[in-house]
Amino acid sequence: MRITIDQDVCIGAGQCALTAPEVFTQDDDGFSALLPGREDGAGDPLVREAARACPVQAIKVADD
Amino acid sequence: MEISTANSARFSVDNSHSKALEAHSSPSYGRHSVTEAISYFQDRTCPYHPPSSYRPLREAGPLTHVTFYDGRKVWAVTGHTEARALLSDQRLSSDRQNPAFPIPVERFAALRRVRTPLIGVDDPEHNTQRRMLIPSFSVKRTAALRPEIQRIVDGLLDRMVEQGPPAELVSAFALPVPSMVICSLLGVPYADHEFFEEESRRLLRSRTAEEAEDARIKLEDYFGELIAHKEKNPGDGLLDELIEERLRAGALERDELVRLAMILLVAGHETTANMISLGTFTLLEHPEQLARLKAEEGLMPAAIEELLRFLSIADGMLRVATEDIEIGGQLIRADDGVLFPTSLINRDDATYPSPDELDFGRSARHHVAFGFGIHQCLGQNLARAEMEIALRSLFTRIPDLRLAVPAAEIPFKPGDTLQGMIELPLAW
Repeated sequence: MRITIDQDVCIGAGQCALTAPEVFTQDDDGFSALLPGREDGAGDPLVREAARACPVQAIKVADD
Repeated sequence: MEISTANSARFSVDNSHSKALEAHSSPSYGRHSVTEAISYFQDRTCPYHPPSSYRPLREAGPLTHVTFYDGRKVWAVTGHTEARALLSDQRLSSDRQNPAFPIPVERFAALRRVRTPLIGVDDPEHNTQRRMLIPSFSVKRTAALRPEIQRIVDGLLDRMVEQGPPAELVSAFALPVPSMVICSLLGVPYADHEFFEEESRRLLRSRTAEEAEDARIKLEDYFGELIAHKEKNPGDGLLDELIEERLRAGALERDELVRLAMILLVAGHETTANMISLGTFTLLEHPEQLARLKAEEGLMPAAIEELLRFLSIADGMLRVATEDIEIGGQLIRADDGVLFPTSLINRDDATYPSPDELDFGRSARHHVAFGFGIHQCLGQNLARAEMEIALRSLFTRIPDLRLAVPAAEIPFKPGDTLQGMIELPLAW
């Protein structure tokens, strides 16, 4: 799984970090970021839910 | 539950729905005719359910029409999928100074006279303002505020228990919790709370544009003075940070900072106060869900999402179309007004089975109680933390909490403002 985050689009709502806290976090500026070592989604089924929860569709998830 | 209310009906309920439903079968009349007669906003008859008079809107959805007080017909989006698509569509504008922006109630006109930061502007202006603020409202920063929120909640509960029973929850707890928290976050002296709570109430609930305008000016004057004071005597709140990092650097106009402060303060306390008061009332009226919540330690976050979905206290977000938009087989034209009645969107049965039931076992995720798209609530994570700590502490501290008077006698807010209890008399 490949996860890409568009930080230019991100509004810092934190929905990703709230929905899938094992994969997403927010950086110091409040923008969505991937936790180190979890760039592939770590098999977390909540990754897609997190992408769907994003109010501005800043997260894209693609299968390898 | 259907209970009578002390609130007088703001709008007369038109009884022509059945006639209009007959007209529905006529192809030349179009399906919007079903709801042509429905005026928006109407008062709830039960504080936690949408008005039963909105039922035809749900049936006519996902896109239909309602009429505002000035006779203007606007789109009403009731479908969950359509609402999420449209709320994140940049062809719908939040610019209240656009002459075509719909005015749902007279007092709203007061907010059209000035550019309201964040909620009343589009990108790129909105984006610049939001980016200044998001670090202060992140999940992490909010988590760091939890001990402070807990201290505030415990202090208020101590006093309530000392002085009661009975207690009036809105004034003793539901309002002061978010009020104290947002004061602490912004760096606003809580000693001024009576002033800003009253002016916020007038801004959000007055009948006339003049009174709302007067409240807006008083709040702006207050923040103008507060910011001038802070420039000479810096503190450690978010406003102090914005003064130091933005205002001094010329990256933020003084007027803009004043209005930003006002929006953050008003949005930061009125909304959560309503969720705490109405959430408590709703829990007491659903003892089986309350018992479940008390029995299952980890259920609170899901319960908060379900309460947000079920209560939909900000029931009516507005936009104006800047271009034609085709959606759901309908054409929204440029300059059309668009209303998002969140209480109906969050009860779309295609997304939430048995939507009128409060059920802490369901996944209420993806509700639009905080909106959706670029304007989704900036303070939502703070609001979640406050609700969670407030409700958990309240029912842990006073396990046998109950309504002090029959539910039907408890006054709640009229339909044209944030929904919640005006008073909530409790005993234990």
